[in-house]
Amino acid sequence: MAVLNDEQAMLKDMAAEWVRDRMPVTALRALYDHGGGGRSDSLGHDPAAWAEMAEMGWSGILVPQEYGGSDFGYLGMGLVLEELGRNLAASPLLSSALVAATALRLGGTSDQKARWFPAIADGSAIGTLAMEETSHHALEKTALAATASAGGWVLSGTKRAVQDGMIADFAILSARTSGAPGEREGLTLFLIETGADGLTREAMDQIDARRPAIYTLSDAAVGADAVLGEVGKGADLLDAIVDRANVGLAAEMLGNAAQAFETTLDYLKTRVQFDAIIGSFQALQHRAAQMFGELQLTRSAVEMALTAIDEGDADIPALSSLAKATAGETLHLISSQMVQLHGGIGMTHEHDAGLYLKRARVAEQCFGSTAWHRERWARLRGY
Amino acid sequence: MTDAKAMEGQDFRQEVRAWLKANFPPSLTGISGLVFQSDVHAAAANSDFQLWRQRVQEKGWGVPTWPTRFGGADLGEAQVRVLADEMTAIGAFNPIRSFGTMMLGPTLLEFGNEAQKLEHLPPIAGHELRWCQGFSEPGAGSDLASLQTRAVDMGDHWLVNGQKIWTSGADQADWCFALVRTDTSRKQGGISFLLIDMKSPGVEARPIILISGSTHFCEVFFNDVKVPKDNLVGEVNQGWTIAKRLLQHERNSLSEVKAEITSLAPLAHRHVGTDALGRIDCPDLRARMVRNAMRHEAYMATVRRFGEEAKNGGSDSAVSTLKNLWSEIIQQRSELLVEILGGNGLGWAGSAYAADELEATRAWLHSKAFSIYGGSYEVQNNITAKRTLGLPG
Repeated sequence: MAVLNDEQAMLKDMAAEWVRDRMPVTALRALYDHGGGGRSDSLGHDPAAWAEMAEMGWSGILVPQEYGGSDFGYLGMGLVLEELGRNLAASPLLSSALVAATALRLGGTSDQKARWFPAIADGSAIGTLAMEETSHHALEKTALAATASAGGWVLSGTKRAVQDGMIADFAILSARTSGAPGEREGLTLFLIETGADGLTREAMDQIDARRPAIYTLSDAAVGADAVLGEVGKGADLLDAIVDRANVGLAAEMLGNAAQAFETTLDYLKTRVQFDAIIGSFQALQHRAAQMFGELQLTRSAVEMALTAIDEGDADIPALSSLAKATAGETLHLISSQMVQLHGGIGMTHEHDAGLYLKRARVAEQCFGSTAWHRERWARLRGY
Repeated sequence: MTDAKAMEGQDFRQEVRAWLKANFPPSLTGISGLVFQSDVHAAAANSDFQLWRQRVQEKGWGVPTWPTRFGGADLGEAQVRVLADEMTAIGAFNPIRSFGTMMLGPTLLEFGNEAQKLEHLPPIAGHELRWCQGFSEPGAGSDLASLQTRAVDMGDHWLVNGQKIWTSGADQADWCFALVRTDTSRKQGGISFLLIDMKSPGVEARPIILISGSTHFCEVFFNDVKVPKDNLVGEVNQGWTIAKRLLQHERNSLSEVKAEITSLAPLAHRHVGTDALGRIDCPDLRARMVRNAMRHEAYMATVRRFGEEAKNGGSDSAVSTLKNLWSEIIQQRSELLVEILGGNGLGWAGSAYAADELEATRAWLHSKAFSIYGGSYEVQNNITAKRTLGLPG
């Protein structure tokens, strides 16, 4: 655990207590139907719980004080996300309070900030990022077209896996204003309200019971004031947003992995076979010891990246990829071992192991897979 | 912290900084103290090192926490950290550091009697006498408590017979702190902690040639060696308790090892080549190098994090976990380095290979010891499972 100041320690304690009392894993289970898919009427989160989170100020952690937030920093946000991750709590905190807030912090115009920051901070509006178009993260492949019109821009194309896409009020959306798919040049970021004419959304029934969406835009019109950053130069801005998104997600994954490990460890200490507690078997002890070591690496990488963002470190891109790839590898290992070490009961929908496994794979893919981040880190470090 | 205390800390930092500036020989900047620690001849041949050692010794800063009457400086933990920080900042090192300062000294301070402390601590603080550790035996490696070297009470002395192995630097050591069996009816409860003069008749140290060609480790034979009764530390049969404390000191010092990250990428570019995008031209090797380097970076962050947490009173240092991560990552790195060199990484000696190639090969062979010494990889996992994770058995 990083060395925290008093306010950070208090926030962490508060988050841990609230998650324990208010968001047990059964809260996520309520989003699933009996067969294991998401309930057809599900929003992919619990609006009442989200309102409480906003009430406690978590949605304003990254919003500047002049806009009603606390500007408490990414390490603080990471602490909350880690605690939420422990019990697989589904909420739009990452999408809205971290990702959308970050987009506004890094690229928002003063009008955009004035309009959306206060609403993010008090939880009355939910923002998200609409970026992916294919099955793998690759912003240069963006094809969704933005054509200049008299009053602004007209957008046409499709976005997939828009996190919390069904409940979002607005999205930061990447589009191609010039060039061809495959090029980094020619990308532009737009802020679009999800109720805009020409934008339709379709829910994706994802294995983790969240509700990402497919956004289809057919000649959706936005004003010239919808642009974030510079026209045609959006790739760098988008990378910077995604870097921070990944570190936040990695913090949540650290919480997933830490809890999956502790639940499994408890099982090793209680399950009896061959007249012995199975945790007394050396093969299982060494597997547990190894997982504990991986968790240490992950915590260090995540906290280093969170701190680097708060300090404005020039090395954020590599540290972000290090955090996401390390968290991805560790969570992959531990979520699989959680099923394995629980044996048959771990294969049942009734047990939590499957829920951790499903969330793990979604998180591993989101904002770039482990392999994608290793490749990126390799390029940044000159391999 | 009160303002007065903070002020005191600041004053001490200024004092240390000024003293280091005036006394640390610039020619030694950035050199690892380990070079001199493991090589008596290199230490004797370097006059700046001799000077540096003498100055630190006079100040008592080689063993800063020890009482002044034993050659230390009576400093508190906070001051020791300031001293270490300031030394690191200018690329200085502790020239007194040895087996004696890191392991025997703290043990004697805790378990030794006043006469033993007065006899043995000042020469350690002054770096006048070298110590070796006589623990492992041919039949007692990971299962150390099964050791068989006997010490029989002969009334006015102990009579020692047996064999030790993997004794670092025994052929250059003046004294040995050894675990000996004083009771054959109990395992852990029949072990005592004995200080043995290596010049005693019947002691013989033979260097062992390792796969890397190193002769640093020795076998030590004890044949009817007479040891004065006063050389027993603590009580008879209390040796295992003392040894466990001492091994904690050993693990702490091992986990302090700070491996600097030097990227292997430039070397791979040279030996393996690059593709059109400037990447290492072997995707499989590149992928393994990248994974290892990322783990290395996360490991270094973990060392820093544990250090910060320890300064702030964190409790769970998980030294065994850290040691296993370190040995695994560094061993893998050594394997990769040799693989990058290809056929040039497989030479033993001679002009057919460059000096750095030969060094890499020897370092790779040496690295195999990392997961064996100081408690093997498997023993460290046992410790993590039982002590840190609370698993039974």
